[in-house]
Amino acid sequence: MDNRVSPGAGDVQTRWMELAVALLVVAGGIVVAIDALRVGIAWGDDGPKAGYFPFFIGCALMVAGGWIAAKTLYAWRSLAGNVFVTRPELRPVFQMLLPTIAFVIAIYFLGIYVSSAIYIAAFMLWQGKFKWPVTAATALGVPIAIFLLFEIWFLVPLPKGPFERLIGY
Amino acid sequence: MLEDVNNLMQGFAVALTWKNLLFMLVGILLGVLIGVLPGLGGANGVAILLPLTFSMSPTSAIIMLSCIYWGALFGGAITSILFNIPGEPWSVATTFDGYPMAQQGRAGEAMTAAFTSSFVGALFAVILITFLAPLVAKFALKFGPPEFFAVQFLTFCSFVGMGREPPAKTIVSMMLGFALAAVGLDTVTGTLRMTFGVTDLLQGFDFLVAVIGLFGLGEILLTMEEGLAFKGTKAKIDFNVVWKTWKTLPKYWMTSLRACLIGCWMGITPGGATPASFMSYGMAKRFSKNGDKFGDGQIEGVVAPETAAHAAGTSALLPMLTLGIPGSPTAAVLLGGLLIWGLQPGPLLFVEKPDFVWGLIASMYLGNIVGLIIVLTTVPWWAAILRIPFAIIAPVIVVICAIGAYTVHNKMFDVSMMVVFGVIGYVFKKLKYPLAPLVLALVLGDMAETAFRQSMLLSGGTISVFFSNGLVGSIMTLALFILCWPLLGKIRERMRPKPPGSPRPA
Repeated sequence: MDNRVSPGAGDVQTRWMELAVALLVVAGGIVVAIDALRVGIAWGDDGPKAGYFPFFIGCALMVAGGWIAAKTLYAWRSLAGNVFVTRPELRPVFQMLLPTIAFVIAIYFLGIYVSSAIYIAAFMLWQGKFKWPVTAATALGVPIAIFLLFEIWFLVPLPKGPFERLIGY
Repeated sequence: MLEDVNNLMQGFAVALTWKNLLFMLVGILLGVLIGVLPGLGGANGVAILLPLTFSMSPTSAIIMLSCIYWGALFGGAITSILFNIPGEPWSVATTFDGYPMAQQGRAGEAMTAAFTSSFVGALFAVILITFLAPLVAKFALKFGPPEFFAVQFLTFCSFVGMGREPPAKTIVSMMLGFALAAVGLDTVTGTLRMTFGVTDLLQGFDFLVAVIGLFGLGEILLTMEEGLAFKGTKAKIDFNVVWKTWKTLPKYWMTSLRACLIGCWMGITPGGATPASFMSYGMAKRFSKNGDKFGDGQIEGVVAPETAAHAAGTSALLPMLTLGIPGSPTAAVLLGGLLIWGLQPGPLLFVEKPDFVWGLIASMYLGNIVGLIIVLTTVPWWAAILRIPFAIIAPVIVVICAIGAYTVHNKMFDVSMMVVFGVIGYVFKKLKYPLAPLVLALVLGDMAETAFRQSMLLSGGTISVFFSNGLVGSIMTLALFILCWPLLGKIRERMRPKPPGSPRPA
C-alpha cells in the first residue's frame, strides 16, 4: 500500500501532510473549546449551558490531534520515504479542483444551467480532447435534461441567471 | 412471531402495488448506475435523489430510496470484478479474487457468485430484521434519555473499537462531526454557537451536504489522481453459467453462514459494510481448505466479502428503524429522509405507522429479488457505461453533486461547502481517516447532545446516571469494553514472547 519511492522534487510527503492535518485538528479543537467557554460550560439556571457538550468535543479534538501529531513526530525518520502525492499525480487533481471552484463561483452569476454547459464543455475539450460535435451534444444535452427533470417534472427550482431571464423563465 | 408474519403479509400488500413495483424497478436501476459510476455511491446517491421524492408518498419514497441502496450494493461488485476498480468501498475485498477470476475468463462465474451471495446475505439480514426489529422496538419503548445516550455511545465506541483505521483518527473524524453538528442555534437554550457572525452558519451544517462532498467530490478527486484508465474484461452472463455456478455455491454454505453472521453483527453495531467484508474475507481465508490459493481467483473469496457486505448494509437499517440510530452513512441519509417526511424513526414508529414500517420491510424482500434478476440480466450494459471516458463522466457527476447540494436547502452556500468537504474527503481518505464516523456524528450530534444533557438534568450533573440501572449500565460497560478493544489487543501482543530477531514495533 505504501508508496515507498524516493521522493522526487515537488512531491508532498505523507509525514508533513499528517502533521499539518493533525495540527489543524488541534487548532479546530481550540476554536471549539474557546467558543464553548464563551457561551458557558457551567451549570446554568435550567441545566447545563450551551457550551457544556461542545467543550468536551473541543478537548477531545485537541487530545486526539495532538496524539497523532506526536506519533508522527516520534516516527518522523522512519516515515521519510512515504509520499502523500507526487507532482504528476497532483496535476490532474488540481485540473479537476480548480475548474470545479470556478464552476461554483460561476453559478452565482450565470445560474446552474449555463455554468454546467460551460464547465462540461471546457472539461471535455481541455481534458478529454474531444471533437466539437460530441462536446456540444453533451454540454447542451445534460443541462437540458436537468432542466426538464427538475424544473418541469419535479418542480424543484435551481439557481438561474441572466440567460434564463432572457428566455423568460 | 405469528403477529409479525401477519404484519409482514400486510406489508407485502402495501409494497406489491404496480406503482410501488415501478418505483422499486427505477430505484434498483438508478442504484446499480450509482454503484457502477465512480464518485457516486449509496450514501451520496440517495442524498442527491432525496429532494426528488418529496412529492411522493413516504412509503413509495422510502421504497425507491432503499432500492437505490440495494442497487448500489449490487453495482459495486460489477466494477470490482470486471475492472478491478471497486465502485464502493465495501467491494474492495471483492476485487482480491473477483478480478483474477475475470482475467481467467471466469467473469460470468464470479459475477453470478457475487450477486447470488449478495442476495443471500441481504435475505438473511432481512429475515433477521423481520423478527428482531419488533422485539427491539418493544424493548426500546422503555428507554429514557440515559439509555438512548448509552446506545449512541455504544455506536461510536464500536467505530473506534471495530474500525480498521487508527483509533485516534476515528476519534478525530467523529469529534469533527460532533463539532460541526453543534454549529448554529442550540435548540435547548437558544444560544448561537460557533457562527462567528456569519449568517449562513445560523442553520448549521447539513449532513447531506457533507455526504455529497466527502463521498462524491472527494472520490472524483481521488479517481483523477489515480489517472483512471478502464481496462476491463468483457462480460457476458448466460443462463448456463448462472446455473453451473449456482450448482457449486451450496458447497460454500459454511463460508456463507459465517459471512452472514459477521455482516449482521457489523451492520447492527455500526462497524459497517466495509470492515465486515474485509473481516469475512480474512476469516474465509483462514478457515478454507484452499486458504493459500486466495487471491488467485477463488470463488469463495468472492462469496465471503459480498455476503458480509450485503448482510451488513441491510442490517444497518435495523437500529435505524427501531432506535433512530443509523448503522451506516446510507442508513443515516435514509433517516434524514424519514425526518423530512415527518416520520420520527424509533420504537414509536412501529406503533404509530405499522403500514409504513412493514411496507418497507416487505419491499426489502422484493427489492432484493428484483435486484438479483435485474443485475444478472443487464450486466453487459453496465459494463458498457464504464467505457464512457472519464472526461465526460467526471464533470457530469460534479454537476449532479452541485445540484444535490443546492436542493437540500436551496442555498448556494451549501454548494461552496460541498467543495470544501470534497477537499477534506480527499485528504482524509489519503491519510486513512475514516469518513463514516464524521457523517454519523454529524447526523446524531444534536440527538446525542440532547440525550446527554437530559440525562445530566435527571441526575443533577453526575455521570453515575449512566450506571444507575442494569440496562443502561450494561450498555455503557459493553461500550467501554469495545472502546478499549484495540488497547487490549496491543497488550496481548506485548505479553506474547516475540520470536528472536523480529523488528521492534514502532
